[in-house]
Amino acid sequence: MKMKSLLLSLGLLAGASAVQAEDPLKVGFVYVGPVGDLGWSYEHDLGRIGLEEHFGDKVETTYVENVPEGADAERVITQLAKAGNDLIFTTSFGFMNPTVKVAKRFPKVTFEHATGYKRARNVGTYVLRTYEGRYVSGVAAGMMTKTNTIGYIASFPIPEVIRDIDTVYMAAKKVNPDVKIKIVWVNSWYDPGKETDAANALMDQGVDILIQHTDSPAPQIAAEKRGMRSIGQASNMSKFAPEAHMFSVRDNWTPYYVGVAEAVMNNTWKPSDYWGGFKEDMLTIESINPNLPADVKAKIKETYAAIKSGELKPFTGPIKDNKGNIVVPEGHSLTDEELAQVNWYVEGITDEIPR
Amino acid sequence: MDADLITQILFAAIKTGTPLLFIALGEVICEKSGILNLGQEGMMLMGAVVGFLAAYTTGSMGLGVLAAMIMGSLMSLIFAVLVLQLGANQVATGLALTIFGTGLSAFVGSGVVGQTIQGFAPIDIPLLSEIPYLGEILFKHDILVYLSFAITIALYFVVNKTRIGLTLKAVGENPNAANAIGIKVLQVRYLAIMFGGAMAGIAGAYMSLVYTPMWVENMTSGRGWIALALVVFASWRIGRIMLGAYLFGLASIMHLVLQGLGWSISPNLLAMLPYVATVIVMVIISADHFKEKLLAPRSLGKPFDPRNMA
Repeated sequence: MKMKSLLLSLGLLAGASAVQAEDPLKVGFVYVGPVGDLGWSYEHDLGRIGLEEHFGDKVETTYVENVPEGADAERVITQLAKAGNDLIFTTSFGFMNPTVKVAKRFPKVTFEHATGYKRARNVGTYVLRTYEGRYVSGVAAGMMTKTNTIGYIASFPIPEVIRDIDTVYMAAKKVNPDVKIKIVWVNSWYDPGKETDAANALMDQGVDILIQHTDSPAPQIAAEKRGMRSIGQASNMSKFAPEAHMFSVRDNWTPYYVGVAEAVMNNTWKPSDYWGGFKEDMLTIESINPNLPADVKAKIKETYAAIKSGELKPFTGPIKDNKGNIVVPEGHSLTDEELAQVNWYVEGITDEIPR
Repeated sequence: MDADLITQILFAAIKTGTPLLFIALGEVICEKSGILNLGQEGMMLMGAVVGFLAAYTTGSMGLGVLAAMIMGSLMSLIFAVLVLQLGANQVATGLALTIFGTGLSAFVGSGVVGQTIQGFAPIDIPLLSEIPYLGEILFKHDILVYLSFAITIALYFVVNKTRIGLTLKAVGENPNAANAIGIKVLQVRYLAIMFGGAMAGIAGAYMSLVYTPMWVENMTSGRGWIALALVVFASWRIGRIMLGAYLFGLASIMHLVLQGLGWSISPNLLAMLPYVATVIVMVIISADHFKEKLLAPRSLGKPFDPRNMA
């Protein structure tokens, strides 16, 4: 597999023959980080493995890891399409334009792009309701912080990240009106060294709960070392911080990948914008630390259940942004389309969104 | 900003600067012998992965560091043979070493991705660590940081005060003259390159055993390149390298600290700080009237083949 992905990335497999009817469905994956990041890309790869396990011989998968967002991505996606893949998943926001561009040149190939908003006749998008996990994180962080300061290690100022910061703050404030949030942007999805620096910089400034929107377990280790608390991101990060780790919000892509592959096999696939969360089991809460107080543990489970059942919708009005404008009117819950465009901090966050 | 926060920031700057200090010290010795090795990143990654593997399997951190040093010097030996024995181009060979090391380390480390180890515990040096502020900043680190202090001081003396240092500089300034007076130029260069490799290995071990005690692909994220700039920045002086390493360390965390304090400056601009600092110092250096003294070793990057000697 490794060798194959290497050959692919070198372009040696380009031009392989098109797929026959009885041939297995060829599925390609493009990852932004290494499979070994133990976060985002790792979980996508578990989704790929889950797909193989589900269909056995009926699918054949390849992946290319560590693909930079930009011109290189276009080259890699093109090669996957040329190599005869019938279905290609591109799994990072920055692959959006390259995916749409390549899709135009390969109308027979189906493309699925994670976290983006541009669709086409043969391009669908899919995204996780990560804010649901953030709401649970915010509630737990708000209850557990002793310094009333939550630290957020942010990657890039895109709607997904801004939306998640808003959710953490809103949820924390519900249970702890005095809570503050400190946000540090590291401008990377995956840079263990920088994530460690950011974690330490936050803890130096009074943060005692770390929430990360980056993919390496480095912030967990940093929190463990200094006796603070942390919440795992994308995958189960409990083993990196046995004491510090409160719980992980894990991504689970397998159900979606299986569903899409099945639709493509049966020729029923249509481009759509798919949102999956607690309800679809595409987001799960894992490894709640036994060392948490009983009321916090109970509240985590209760909040999870309320969101899962649809009873609690985090973005329900009235919500004001931090400039005083009403962004969600009373009685309205943001639609998926509106959620994809959140570009404001809620009232109470004193920072500015970097532009 | 209060005094405590400043102390903590400076403490973090030393931690961040330590891997830079290790590689830059190795590279400066290498360059003083007239060899430019651009393979720092590759040697460092191999050091990081092998150091982690050794520490993980044996449970001994000391063995991890030792293994990283040996691995680093083995990597540099490949470079040395190609460059010194076969007369290959130093720049191209160094770049190849970086690419080779990046790929090989990912391959070697694939089995231990996701494992963690305990890491070195910090050691408070008695008495010294009780000095207000200064003790907090300098003497509450782990053993590798203290090792970097010791190596810096030792190298300072060896390079500036001993015959070994003189020999090294002679080889780097004018290998033909050095050869004429009976110095074994290639032998000196071999040793200098391998010392550089061993230091890059420790720098890698610092990353995978102390800084983020785990192995992840490409975890050095460009520090090898920063260290190369640092050597120029410090105009090949040991003392300045130490200072520069901490300055670079500080610059690379400053943008994170300022954000936490709520400065509404674009983090992209703040992230440029280390590079802006480099440019500024380069300007200061080139404006210096004593330029002569600051120049690079005169034969840096040029091959030397004793067989061509008349």
